[in-house]
Amino acid sequence: MLPWVVAINTFREAVRDRVLYNLVFFALLMIAAAVMVGQISIGIERLVIVNLGLSSISIFGLVMAIFIGVGLVHKEMEKRTLYSLLSKPIRRWEFLAGKYAGLLLTLLLNTALMTVGLLAAILYVSHKFVRADFGVLVAVYFILLKLALATALALLFSCFSTPMLSTVYTLGIYIAGIFAADIRMLGQMSASRMVGGLMTLAYYLLPNFHNFDMIAAAAHGTRIPYSLVLWNTAYAAAYIAVALLAAAATFSRRNLK
Amino acid sequence: MPGRAIEVEGLTKDYLVGFWRKRPCRALNALTFHVEQGEVFGFLGPNGAGKTTTLKLLMGLIFPTSGTARILDRPIEDVQMHRNIGYLPEQPYFYDYLTGRELLDYFARFFGYGPRERRERVARFLQLVGLGAAGDVQLRKYSKGMLQRIGIAQAILHDPQVVFFDEPMSGLDPVGRREARDIILELKRQGRTIFFSTHILSDAEMLCDRVAVLVGGELQGVGSPEQIVSIQVQGMEVLVELPDGRALPAGWSARATRTGRRYRIEVSERELYAALDELRSREARILSVAQLKPTLEDYFLRLVGRGEASTHAAAEVPEK
Amino acid sequence: MSQAGITRGILGPLLAIPVLFGALYPLQRRIDRQEQTVQQQKEELLLRSGPLLKKLSLGYEPLLADIYWTRAVQYYGGKRRDQDPNLELLDTLLDVTVTLDPQLVVAYKFGAIFLAEPSPQGAARPDLAVRLVRRGIAANPDEWRFWADLGFTYYWYLQDYTNATDAYLQGSKHPKAPLWMKTMAARIAAEGASREVSRALWSQIFEATQDPIIRRNAAEHLDSLAAQEDIDQLEKFAAKYASRTGHFPRSMGELVAAGLLRSIPLDPAGHAYVLGPEGKAHLDSSSPIKLDILKPRAHPQ
Repeated sequence: MLPWVVAINTFREAVRDRVLYNLVFFALLMIAAAVMVGQISIGIERLVIVNLGLSSISIFGLVMAIFIGVGLVHKEMEKRTLYSLLSKPIRRWEFLAGKYAGLLLTLLLNTALMTVGLLAAILYVSHKFVRADFGVLVAVYFILLKLALATALALLFSCFSTPMLSTVYTLGIYIAGIFAADIRMLGQMSASRMVGGLMTLAYYLLPNFHNFDMIAAAAHGTRIPYSLVLWNTAYAAAYIAVALLAAAATFSRRNLK
Repeated sequence: MPGRAIEVEGLTKDYLVGFWRKRPCRALNALTFHVEQGEVFGFLGPNGAGKTTTLKLLMGLIFPTSGTARILDRPIEDVQMHRNIGYLPEQPYFYDYLTGRELLDYFARFFGYGPRERRERVARFLQLVGLGAAGDVQLRKYSKGMLQRIGIAQAILHDPQVVFFDEPMSGLDPVGRREARDIILELKRQGRTIFFSTHILSDAEMLCDRVAVLVGGELQGVGSPEQIVSIQVQGMEVLVELPDGRALPAGWSARATRTGRRYRIEVSERELYAALDELRSREARILSVAQLKPTLEDYFLRLVGRGEASTHAAAEVPEK
Repeated sequence: MSQAGITRGILGPLLAIPVLFGALYPLQRRIDRQEQTVQQQKEELLLRSGPLLKKLSLGYEPLLADIYWTRAVQYYGGKRRDQDPNLELLDTLLDVTVTLDPQLVVAYKFGAIFLAEPSPQGAARPDLAVRLVRRGIAANPDEWRFWADLGFTYYWYLQDYTNATDAYLQGSKHPKAPLWMKTMAARIAAEGASREVSRALWSQIFEATQDPIIRRNAAEHLDSLAAQEDIDQLEKFAAKYASRTGHFPRSMGELVAAGLLRSIPLDPAGHAYVLGPEGKAHLDSSSPIKLDILKPRAHPQ
């Protein structure tokens, strides 16, 4: 399983690059919040902790996904480590799959540890778990879907663009994906049918990152239906497949410098 | 049926250069040659001749504009064929967060060895390239020479049939170069084919069964080193040191060059012993006596000089 | 350079660093003090538009909502502490908060009271309170308590008993609503304002929240209601005394002596009630209870 070999090595690189130190910062943040939230807003401690914790997990994860993602392939091309690697019996797509899986593994571990920290903070302020806290785990799952998709896009750009431009592209698409619903609405409000059609097309073409936004639901304990989980997983998987296939296609005929 | 190790047919590579309007620049023009199994084949040329381009094409790192190539009778697109080849890139760079041992272990995993065999191979090849003590040091702390050594190790640890080295001696001190030469000879003794590119001609002369000379993307010639240059002994070269107060015989100054107390004198083979007697009578210290024959270097410089003269207005390299 | 030389070389900068850091402290204080005089004039929220902020949140609305809620609470607390009656920005802060998180129940509850409360306890804008609570109702159809908040605002601050009755009636229709909602509707329809209704409603508010500011405010009102009740009762006793003896009692002690009281009564804050001339009872001047909060101004400032 060659992609797995590459994945483990990618994971090892992230760990040795001390990427996981961000967990320390997150831990401090959660501790400070758990201790101080009592002074700020009584009665909504759990709400604030969940909002803060999930938002942080999302932001930290996104930063990691994008900043490491845009370098995944570019760094190996730039540093020529790819030369010796591709002379081994490994196909180019296997290499890409491995880099993707490696970063995903890192994100998974990072998010899992943060979630444990968040649950600990919730326990601290609420002194017990309630059924609504399961929603927190569901929200984390949605965050992971979001991160997986963002990573796939960053990887795609990494195959042919410099890290700085790739960051701009990936962030740009992410933000567009958040506003996608508004874009479509704007189109519908426009007088021109063509503009409306164009905006609707954009809505279906863009990765709808707003789908994965479950922080409010988890905070207020709203139940998230399982069908929504299923459809969003399918959507994310499909879009990720598109991005990875595009990456493989771009990369397979690329002349390395 | 022993086929050819490497077969290259009409391999051409164009690059697009320029910022706005890209023009094609031909880096390699219709390269055609072959390498037999068990040969040590040298690929010579000055910097920028296209040697690395050729190697990258063979490794599948870049794609030819036209032409084909086969290694071990498999097309270069065949990734499985990579099981039987090894590659040392020029100025190798590896994952600097790994140790030497971890790097070799990582690459060894691509060949499906079991854990015990992997461990054994890694240890053996670390030892072979003289990195036995540095196996657990991170690659970021390796010197250039050490990186070269680990590069050689990763190229051969899976016992490939054909080995490709791009400038194998680069970055090595004289001891290292000797060790590298020994490795190449040992690989040859094991029946493997070695293809290496270099611009150090003495290495090529010493090691290669056959060489190809590449200049400006064009193949200038393929053959044994002797075939490339004519073995015309054109005389002898004598290096002497004269004590103070002594001078060369008059009339010799035409074919002598002087540096301080040392002189380099050219004599014909017939006149050698007479000249030596003459020098002995003047209490000269004979430093060396060597054959003057055109070397690969001369052939080379001539080629390059010719090549340059056709594009720039440069001075002609004088014929010996 | 020798080892000693290197050490000496670093020593200089090494010592300079804490000194410079130390200098930052007084400089910053100077700047802060100066800023206060400049900043006092402008009290602004850079972004007043809830919808705009919602768009800019990029999916982190709940967190921003919490931040704005915190700001609203601190704004209110700061104003009370500084005894500044100007609570203009409270509505905007609460508006942004609930735009970002329409389900932040406590924000609506806070606004229902403190937007409507007369100065200096609140912004004296019961109309804004009504607007806020109606938003809460629209966004949270399951939260029947908002109808109670709406009804209360109409009842207490606007003295609009028709709308108050309607609100309680609407709320009582909700399957989870308790019986007292319907009772309250009926009583307000029948009597308008009454002390029992007021006390019941303020108790509801006290019980229904954990927010300390709201609870303290409700407790104050309950204390004042109780005190007012006591005072009315004491004046009745004084009148009874007068009808018996022909003159008004001059102190509480006389009432006790006359057997009308068992002991000198204390107000909910523990201070003794004082008997004034003409049989009027009032609070001790040192008592923290304020009776004037029982008289809300119905007209917006």
